[in-house]
Amino acid sequence: MTDPATPAVPALELVGITKRFGDMVANRDISLQLQRGEILGLLGENGAGKTTLINILFGHYVSDSGRIRIFGTDLPPGSPRAAIAAGIGLVHQHFTLAPNLSVLDNIMAGTESLWRAASRTRQARERLRALSAQFGLAVDPDARVANLSVGQRQRVEILKSLYRDARILVLDEPTAVLTPGESAVLFETLQRMAGHGLSVILISHKLDEVLRVADRVAILRRGELVGEHAASSLDRARLAELMVGRRVLRPQRRPMAPGAAVLRLDKVDTASTHGGPGLAQADLVVHEHETVAVVGVAGNGQHALMELACGLAAPHAGTLEITGRTVRRPRAGGQHARGVARIPEDRHEEGVVGDLAIWENAILEDLAEPRFVRYGWVRRRAARAHARELIRDFDIRCTGPEQRTRMLSGGNMQKLIIGRGLSTGPQLIVACQPVRGLDEGAIAEVHARLLAARDRGAGILLVTEDLDEALALADRIVVVQRGRLSRPLAAPDFDAARIGLMMLGEQEFDMTRHEN
Amino acid sequence: MRIERRTHRSTGVVAIGIVTALLVMVALGSLLIASTGAPLLASWAAMARGALGSRLAISEVLTRTTPLIFTGLACAVAFRARLWNIGAEGQFYAGALMLAALGSGLLALPAWLLVPALLLASAAAGSVFLLGPALLKRFLNVDDVVTTLLLNFVMALLVSLLLQGPMRDPLSMGWPQSLPVVDEAVLPKLMSQTRLHAGLLIALACAGVVALVEARTSFGLQRRAAGMGPGAARFAGISATRVVVMTALWSGGLAGMAGAVEVMGLRGYVTGDLSPGYGYTGVIVAMLAQLNPLAVAPSAFLVAAVFVGADAMSRASNVPSYIADVMVGLSLFVMLGTSFLIGYRVKR
Repeated sequence: MTDPATPAVPALELVGITKRFGDMVANRDISLQLQRGEILGLLGENGAGKTTLINILFGHYVSDSGRIRIFGTDLPPGSPRAAIAAGIGLVHQHFTLAPNLSVLDNIMAGTESLWRAASRTRQARERLRALSAQFGLAVDPDARVANLSVGQRQRVEILKSLYRDARILVLDEPTAVLTPGESAVLFETLQRMAGHGLSVILISHKLDEVLRVADRVAILRRGELVGEHAASSLDRARLAELMVGRRVLRPQRRPMAPGAAVLRLDKVDTASTHGGPGLAQADLVVHEHETVAVVGVAGNGQHALMELACGLAAPHAGTLEITGRTVRRPRAGGQHARGVARIPEDRHEEGVVGDLAIWENAILEDLAEPRFVRYGWVRRRAARAHARELIRDFDIRCTGPEQRTRMLSGGNMQKLIIGRGLSTGPQLIVACQPVRGLDEGAIAEVHARLLAARDRGAGILLVTEDLDEALALADRIVVVQRGRLSRPLAAPDFDAARIGLMMLGEQEFDMTRHEN
Repeated sequence: MRIERRTHRSTGVVAIGIVTALLVMVALGSLLIASTGAPLLASWAAMARGALGSRLAISEVLTRTTPLIFTGLACAVAFRARLWNIGAEGQFYAGALMLAALGSGLLALPAWLLVPALLLASAAAGSVFLLGPALLKRFLNVDDVVTTLLLNFVMALLVSLLLQGPMRDPLSMGWPQSLPVVDEAVLPKLMSQTRLHAGLLIALACAGVVALVEARTSFGLQRRAAGMGPGAARFAGISATRVVVMTALWSGGLAGMAGAVEVMGLRGYVTGDLSPGYGYTGVIVAMLAQLNPLAVAPSAFLVAAVFVGADAMSRASNVPSYIADVMVGLSLFVMLGTSFLIGYRVKR
């Protein structure tokens, strides 16, 4: 390792990085150092400039000014190849693996010359084995990636970087897809890698995690570096304040007595969807004045449940009752009239049409309402007035109802979708990943809106992969695993570790019928 | 070198883009003319004179504009809802055949009733001809580009079969052409001693109606939503089947009316060469108009002017009139290139 007598050359040094997009400054004069064997947490709200900075580091963008030094050598700008050669490895939030190939093939892909007839599989296998052992990243080199769990795939991604001699590893939201247990294993791995002299940049919006695993925390706000602190000197509240620039009040859930049932599944079977398996013999009840969170690893039947609750699908067998009506066939339209507000999983794909104006999206679910459409003609004045009301009541930051919806930030787009639903005074709210990709400030706002709706009497079905979100909002938690729903666990005695095991299917769960 | 999306489009950039596109078109056109060995300036002058130089020239351009407005609208309407209708040529003939079948004596009505009835019937024929591909796309995911394109050839063969056989005019002396339409079904002329007919007004009215429906009705909003964001449209409860069926009816209907108007206003009977590719040119007209129904009419006029002008040029010098096809095709590429440069910037 470095000789303590000479001053250590930092593994990575960013000097005065500035990047503009038009009038917007994405990064302003950012200077950062990363030492050998250090874990740096990089935090910031959406749009704070984290992604831009990482893209500059990898040569996807060229900064307007500033330079990057790696182990004391300047990195040529704008060349991903040079970045990889210099030892930078990136593990994306969305994996870049070929599911039909083996682990070994995935790791070797791109490292061999196309002009060589023979592939050096044996050496590669040896090398992979050595790396696995050194860093405690156990995977079977011959397993097909398609058969691996999400946590295992992430291990393959990390090994892929290590195989390419990465000395600086950048992980973008690595725990977004992991269960708490898997996250703990990942953090152990990261610490072991740091112990071997690797440097790690960890990008995350889960503040607790960053505080737990990082040595140092750098915070970006509106393109500027607003602070660098030792992780031990910070707590969660202080960190959130630094990120947002003001105090963030996390909404508090107060216990309430549940009312009548607004969603009831009784031994429901559904077809499988492209997003995972169908439900099998599912029982679930959501009452007024309560939030029921359904948690699970992605692709375990949440999608089927979401389609069912949103009116996009009907059960194959069993009974589905929504706001007192038995659902026999799918009906996506007119849900507001039935007292159902829906927040889809993917706001860009399903929530809004990006190229339509805000006011057009505001009435998109209500085209059968005489309030907005008469004799087939859109009542544009009423629709615009409605949009202006939503903009005011839900604090949507925009230039006005005519603005193209695509131009809204993620948080404001979500507020439009939530406002569209909540302004109808629903009895049931189906919220799927309502805060995915949102920043701290927007998360608090969305959660406060949902809790307020529950306090007013709505029942909320919250489908989420984020256990922290479920723990913060839910009155009851149901675990979904391979299309089966567990018996609900009631607040306040949630056991995060046990729920995590249930999500992985490592703890058998009790499927006895719900008491209604 | 890298390409970035522009954060906003300034009017300056758009203006520069349009001017550049025109200059590039003139340069490319000059290359084409020069390649035939004809004098450049004289050829361009002949082209301009032939398209816009006289009352007759302008009337000819407007006569050609008429069917292009219909087929351009047909394509724009379909493309906006992501139905890739390349079959306006076939639907054009479906409309023309229906007109010949009903309009040559079978329906005996006064003119004010007969013309709308024939227009409706021809529109229906065009609609039905597009309905099959649309339903195949919706329910079996069959590629609509392939089916609509191939149906054009089916229709071409059907036309020649009918015109050689059951629909042939017995007095045509063996020529493959249909019976002429009755006098009540002939559209009035708009200018004396020219070929320009009232079909142009029908076409412009259709453009207005299409624009109004797109912008102001619930159906238009549903169509746009389904075209721009199919996932969100499905989630909001907009029926994809309804949108695709209605779009097919509408788009096919407009193309069918093109055929009807061409027969009622110009030819008086159906032949196998009634359309010199109006259905295909409609794709270009729609793209040049950026799928905006109100921009379709000027776009159709521009394309028609190039065709009529090139005909005049080929009479004045020995430049082949096929050059018009090449120019119109090139204009599409130049337009696509320009809109890319307006939307993105190249950065070093």
